[in-house]
Amino acid sequence: MELTTVWFGLIAVLWAGYFLLEGFDFGVGILLPVLGRDDRERRLLINTIGPVWDGNEVWLLVAGGATFAAFPEWYATLFSGFFLPLLIILVALIVRGVAFEYRGKRDEAEWKRRWDLCIIVGSLVPALLWGVAFGNIVRGVRLDADHEYVGGFFNLLNPYALLGGLTTLVLFTLHGAVFLALKTGGEMRERAGALAARLAVPAIAVAGAFLLWTALAHHDAAGWALSAVAALSLVGAALATRVRREGWAFLATAATIVLAVFALFVTLFPNVMPSTIADANSLTTTNAASTPYTLKVMTWVAVVFTPVVLAYQGWTYWVFRKRLTVEHIPASPIPVSPAPAGAATEAR
Amino acid sequence: MDALDLARWQFGITTVYHFIFVPITIGLSALVAGLQTAWYRTGKEHYLRATKFWGKLFLINFAMGVVTGIVQEFQFGMNWSDYSRFVGDIFGAPLAIEGLLAFFLESTFLGLWIFGWDRLPKRLHLATIWLASIGTLLSAYFILAANSWMQHPVGYEVNAETGRAELHSIGAVLTNSTTLVTFPHTVTACFLTAGALLLAVSAWHLRKGNQDQVFRPSLKLGAWVVLIAGVGVLITGDLQARIMTEQQPMKMAAAEALYDTSKPASFSLFTIGSLDGREEVASVRIPSLLSFMATGSPSGEVEGINNIQQQYAEKYGPGDYAPYVPVTYWSFRLMIGFGALAMAIALAALWLTRRGRTPANRWLWPAAIATVAMPLLANSFGWIFTEMGRQPWTVFGVFRTAESGSPAVSTGEAATSLIVLTLLYGVLAVVEVGLFLKYAKAGAPEIEPPADDTDDADRPLAFAY
Repeated sequence: MELTTVWFGLIAVLWAGYFLLEGFDFGVGILLPVLGRDDRERRLLINTIGPVWDGNEVWLLVAGGATFAAFPEWYATLFSGFFLPLLIILVALIVRGVAFEYRGKRDEAEWKRRWDLCIIVGSLVPALLWGVAFGNIVRGVRLDADHEYVGGFFNLLNPYALLGGLTTLVLFTLHGAVFLALKTGGEMRERAGALAARLAVPAIAVAGAFLLWTALAHHDAAGWALSAVAALSLVGAALATRVRREGWAFLATAATIVLAVFALFVTLFPNVMPSTIADANSLTTTNAASTPYTLKVMTWVAVVFTPVVLAYQGWTYWVFRKRLTVEHIPASPIPVSPAPAGAATEAR
Repeated sequence: MDALDLARWQFGITTVYHFIFVPITIGLSALVAGLQTAWYRTGKEHYLRATKFWGKLFLINFAMGVVTGIVQEFQFGMNWSDYSRFVGDIFGAPLAIEGLLAFFLESTFLGLWIFGWDRLPKRLHLATIWLASIGTLLSAYFILAANSWMQHPVGYEVNAETGRAELHSIGAVLTNSTTLVTFPHTVTACFLTAGALLLAVSAWHLRKGNQDQVFRPSLKLGAWVVLIAGVGVLITGDLQARIMTEQQPMKMAAAEALYDTSKPASFSLFTIGSLDGREEVASVRIPSLLSFMATGSPSGEVEGINNIQQQYAEKYGPGDYAPYVPVTYWSFRLMIGFGALAMAIALAALWLTRRGRTPANRWLWPAAIATVAMPLLANSFGWIFTEMGRQPWTVFGVFRTAESGSPAVSTGEAATSLIVLTLLYGVLAVVEVGLFLKYAKAGAPEIEPPADDTDDADRPLAFAY
């Protein structure tokens, strides 16, 4: 297999991994006002992803970095072309990341309310916009002969891409609810499970419509197959949430997300960013790629280090595998004991 | 202002801002790991209290470093797409490797460290902070390798057909002589920064007589780190100056505003005048120092801006090859000056607090507290110097800043981005500093007696957001 194809596949894996992992982070953030009825419950929700969200987000940075290294033309066209949506995503990820760390650092209700808002909006907006971005990539955008995007901001908001955005939004929300049913105990587990069961139906409708539209528009056999399995898996998730098989439900939503990403990438191949102006303007795995030498170096790096990363990241999930309940959440996040004034008499 | 100028302002602002948090992260993670190791080895409670106290400040800082780092990764593509197309084959590799080797390591193990106090055996928990710390160092290495390639491109060839730079030797890029001196210079500066932070916060508490048992050792540790790291910064800076003179003579000349080749060349502590080589009003000069810095010999010849300009015009075609000299001249001095001042204060603090003394010295405490800002300023001026000094190039001698921007990005979009990020960073700075002061002033936490280990299933978490 050509190294360019290998790297196209690896980038698909990185995005799939990112959406699989940060997908439930986003879902938890989005569901904060729905499932977290008081401060302690909201803290319970945030703490289910506390130790892992940052590691999950690194998948995005590596996906971006790998695209830069393996397909610089793709990276350059995509990031400069989708400038404003990416700026919005950046702002969302910034306020969200800070919010997790800073929310519990003061006790005032207003302080917490503001950071909660940052978490909610900071999760909802990227969950929507990533789908819009990928919808546009698969649909094709206006690229000129220099591979520059010339379509403007509002052309990105077409019905197909918006349906893509809605798809990631509902899928990640469902994935988050399923994750919470798996990771919490007591009443929260019940409520998250019930919500997941309710969310599964619209998720099937929205994601099914998007995958069908994609498949009909592109007539790609492998894309059809992957889309079908993704849809089936989502139906499986719906059934599992009804009978409260939380582990199976999580596996099923995870599989849906991964398979849907693969379906999009397979449909895209061998393009990485098709042009709607002229086929000759499209970016492909060949004309967007780095040199074979760079790809070879990067392949070695990936082959050696990816298993290590997967092992320790997986281990983290094992360490924090226990279900959390509100009883686990200590009264104040960090007890701050003011330093006793004039405590110089302390033992030396 | 066009989109390119706006993109340059954004890169400058976001990078300098990001690099407020990065050195604290790099330096403080290792110092916290050291304190935790001391606790692990000795079992003394004040080490644990210090670990928790500095660890908390470290995390407040780390969050900002993480989120501002995402912007760095994205803006090459967003604002500098032609640069990305040109260098992607080379520059993308260290960036991707940084993500895979370093970002995963630091984020994952820091998550384990933060939440793992009661989940992991002590020894393993100690290992997590060390691994996170190693992650920060790896990250520094790869990103500096990428930056060094822009200062001194090696291991590549420009493909005449595609007009892009192509990687020929990853080994050459990763062992670039520029990287090998820049990495220790940057890392020692990071430790100097973290040391100054320990010194300043500890001084604030010692002045008030708070928690002497925790903050006296922390003050000493901080001051020693400032001194030792400072010596490292000096030595590596000296090496760097010589390599820079060899590789980017224009930058060295611009650091001194030296217009005419001189042998020997003097170094001015400051100059009153326009720095354009015409009307110098007054300056204080140390004879032969620039020759020594640039060549290692007090009588060495240092090329001047005018002479280098002439050579470059012949080599690269007509154009202005000098950076904006007032910025390079002053940033070079401020970098050295603030670093040296921090070292002087650390030395004074060590002397005045020797053998358990707590002097009622009127200037020591304010000076020690102010030390926190000095390495941050020195770091910023150092980056401003080295990046502005490379102009008009993004990749020295190969690719110009003027041809590096994003054709697809309009002036309005670039302006929106600059304004939004600057405002957001401003608000976050206020929040961050507020929290940092609150927790710095709160002092080290009391250590609660360890909960009984009989049944931990329902015990509240030792740490929760």
